Amino acid sequence: MKELLLGNEAIARGAWEAGVKFASGYPGTPSTEILETLAKKYPEVDAQWSANEKVAFEEGMGAAIGGLRVLVTMKMVGLNVAADSFMVFPYSGTNGGFVVISADDPGMHSSQNEQDNRYLALMAKVPVLEPSTAQECKDFVKLGLEISEQFSVPVMMRTTTRLAHHKGLVELGERTEVPKRDFVPDAKRFSVPIYRTLLRPGVEKRMANLREYAETAPVNRIEWRSGGAGILPAKGSVGFVTSSIAYQYVREIMPDASVFRLGLTHPLPRRALQEFCAAHETVYVVEEGEPFVEEHIAAMGITNIVGKSIFGVIGEYSPERIATAIGLSMPDKPDFGKEITVLPRPPMFCVGCGHRTVFDSLRQLKVTVAGDIGCYTMGALPPYEASHTTFCMGASIATAFGLERAGHDRAVAIIGDSTFVHSGIPPLIDAVYNGSSLTLIILDNSTTGMTGQQPHPAAGKTLKGRPAPKMNLEALVRAAGVKQVQVVDTWERKEVTRAIRSAVAHEGPAVVIAQGPCQRLPEMKLSERGEKPYFIDESLCTKCDACFKVWCPAITRTSLGYPVIDPLECTACTVCAQVCPVDAIGAVGGC
Amino acid sequence: MTTTNLIFAGVGGQGVLLIAELTAQAAVRAGYDVKQTEVHGVSQRGGSVESHVRFGPEVYSPLVVAGQADVVIGLEKLEALRYANFVNQKAGILLVNDYEIIPGSVAGAAEKYPHHSIEFLRQKGLNVAALSASQFAKDMGDGRMANVIMLGAMSVLVLQIEKEVWLATLNERIPAKHRTLNLRAFETGRSLMRDESKRVNGRMSAPLLPTR
Repeated sequence: MKELLLGNEAIARGAWEAGVKFASGYPGTPSTEILETLAKKYPEVDAQWSANEKVAFEEGMGAAIGGLRVLVTMKMVGLNVAADSFMVFPYSGTNGGFVVISADDPGMHSSQNEQDNRYLALMAKVPVLEPSTAQECKDFVKLGLEISEQFSVPVMMRTTTRLAHHKGLVELGERTEVPKRDFVPDAKRFSVPIYRTLLRPGVEKRMANLREYAETAPVNRIEWRSGGAGILPAKGSVGFVTSSIAYQYVREIMPDASVFRLGLTHPLPRRALQEFCAAHETVYVVEEGEPFVEEHIAAMGITNIVGKSIFGVIGEYSPERIATAIGLSMPDKPDFGKEITVLPRPPMFCVGCGHRTVFDSLRQLKVTVAGDIGCYTMGALPPYEASHTTFCMGASIATAFGLERAGHDRAVAIIGDSTFVHSGIPPLIDAVYNGSSLTLIILDNSTTGMTGQQPHPAAGKTLKGRPAPKMNLEALVRAAGVKQVQVVDTWERKEVTRAIRSAVAHEGPAVVIAQGPCQRLPEMKLSERGEKPYFIDESLCTKCDACFKVWCPAITRTSLGYPVIDPLECTACTVCAQVCPVDAIGAVGGC
Repeated sequence: MTTTNLIFAGVGGQGVLLIAELTAQAAVRAGYDVKQTEVHGVSQRGGSVESHVRFGPEVYSPLVVAGQADVVIGLEKLEALRYANFVNQKAGILLVNDYEIIPGSVAGAAEKYPHHSIEFLRQKGLNVAALSASQFAKDMGDGRMANVIMLGAMSVLVLQIEKEVWLATLNERIPAKHRTLNLRAFETGRSLMRDESKRVNGRMSAPLLPTR
């Protein structure tokens, strides 16, 4: 039976069918749906969100050494967090099959950088699988687990945004239970720092074996076809070496050309590539991201290849980008933007989002703000423009500390609850230890908002929806040595402003925890809470426009110039009612 | 070998991804190979949202090539304009919900918003069909039904999928408590598309898509 599955759903299915028993990760676009699908559909898999990617990786590592088949998922920058163990695990090698998904984001749809994690795998000496279809997303998980067990090595499966977030038809299979492997405690194998010099040669021997495997691996597939010559400006016969979703783009524009589709991109099949390239006058190397395959082919002494010099490194690929680069003509793409204003539409805070009051206060305070990764990166956008730096997960606190050291007194760090748990705790401890006076605002919305409301250790729930001990943020920051800690209702405007002012004025580190659940959590629906939307009484309204200054997308203007609240959008957050000078705003039926 | 190329565009929260998903599922039910793509993450927070759906005997790329879309469905005027250059200029249609959402996080957006985009695109020779789907949805009692009204309108254009297949897909995919309203919205869209007098700004400038 075939079903239309998202690449990420297919990965989850593949893990389930291949007998995976433990799966862990941290939410991050474009990887999040893998664990969500496992939790929702496949109860045989013990799937969980972990505090961060390093923790997820190491839990998976332990489970695999303990004898289970394991899947660990993260976005590409998540592997930076897990890099410490990712680099070392290959020294010992694994016991049960271990596959880590690295979901790369060319085009940076939802990421702070464009990094090609195949280079991390190269450094770690880990094999890399790159599927090209939703079907292969499923199949390659199983293959990865088999390679992992055969060569005793962690395996990376690299996906990219278009692969992870495209849907295609997938043939479904049944689950095969895989018996747990015995774990024999063995310091000479698993105590890497002590026995590193003994283990090191084994890593090289394994890579040699993997290179040999690559030569005949079925996922490295040559599709010999006669077409392609004559329609391109390139002289003589042309061939394509390609991987991942780029394979589909090449097939779309050149259905009759010879293609070497690489499913295993590290290590590469040297002899097979030499043979393929020798059979063509020009070989195009088409890969999203960095010239990983291209540089390796060039290093083999092959010179008739063309790659990044015409396709480019930056951004996502598309059929027309490849077609244009090789000289195929494409349909006209008129640029209407030259004659009409095509306004951008960047994302914005949701209706009733509790982050608004905090950024409104910061905007008025005119302090230097170091932001972090979450929906609240949007605090840097108009109308707030109240967040001045954002780099990566957990960076806000240490960045604010550094800004303070550079003379920007009373710098403010702003971080969400999930990101704080992920990597905000050590820098807070450090700031206290090293005598900072920074203010830390924790936006505590009881979820991981940006990636679609995933629970975390301070949210009191697991991935599978079971209750869990809820970490106490206030007690934790007090234990770190913070003396001034204020917990406020994030929708109480005046309270939020007062607390932030007081924290900034305080000598020594101060923390404000602005509490209020994410409006996208199912329990926040008005009907669930038994509350009514707000409305504006036109008989009292003076059209002073104060309510527009809370920047709520649910408030628009009537043809007569009165503000009006969309009752389907309103979350009854009360913030507009708090700013109305004539009390014209109240709950439907309640004022 | 022909592939049908569709683009769905709108603003986060309008239900762009739902109607793209329904279309992809209807194409599967009709026996086609199908690819669909969309981008998840922060853009869904009131930002611009797009989804590509392609179906036919065998489909490789999930991405529609600009200039090759048979139909671009815009649930909002500015978003329709943004993806208008995907429309096949000779045989494609831009199907627009005549509805404006001012980008809230762009300074001065209310003044700069291109209110005349439909007329502009027609002048450029594009085959534009505009419907007041949001207004009809409000009249039905739920403004959020605009996406399914637009889906119904599109179903009249996409002749490769029979009406029964659409209805079976809706019946399977829409939860029971919302089903009646959604089916009504779908039928509303179909009749709007068929009744030229209900389209905004008169009739379309070219005939409907040919059967393939």
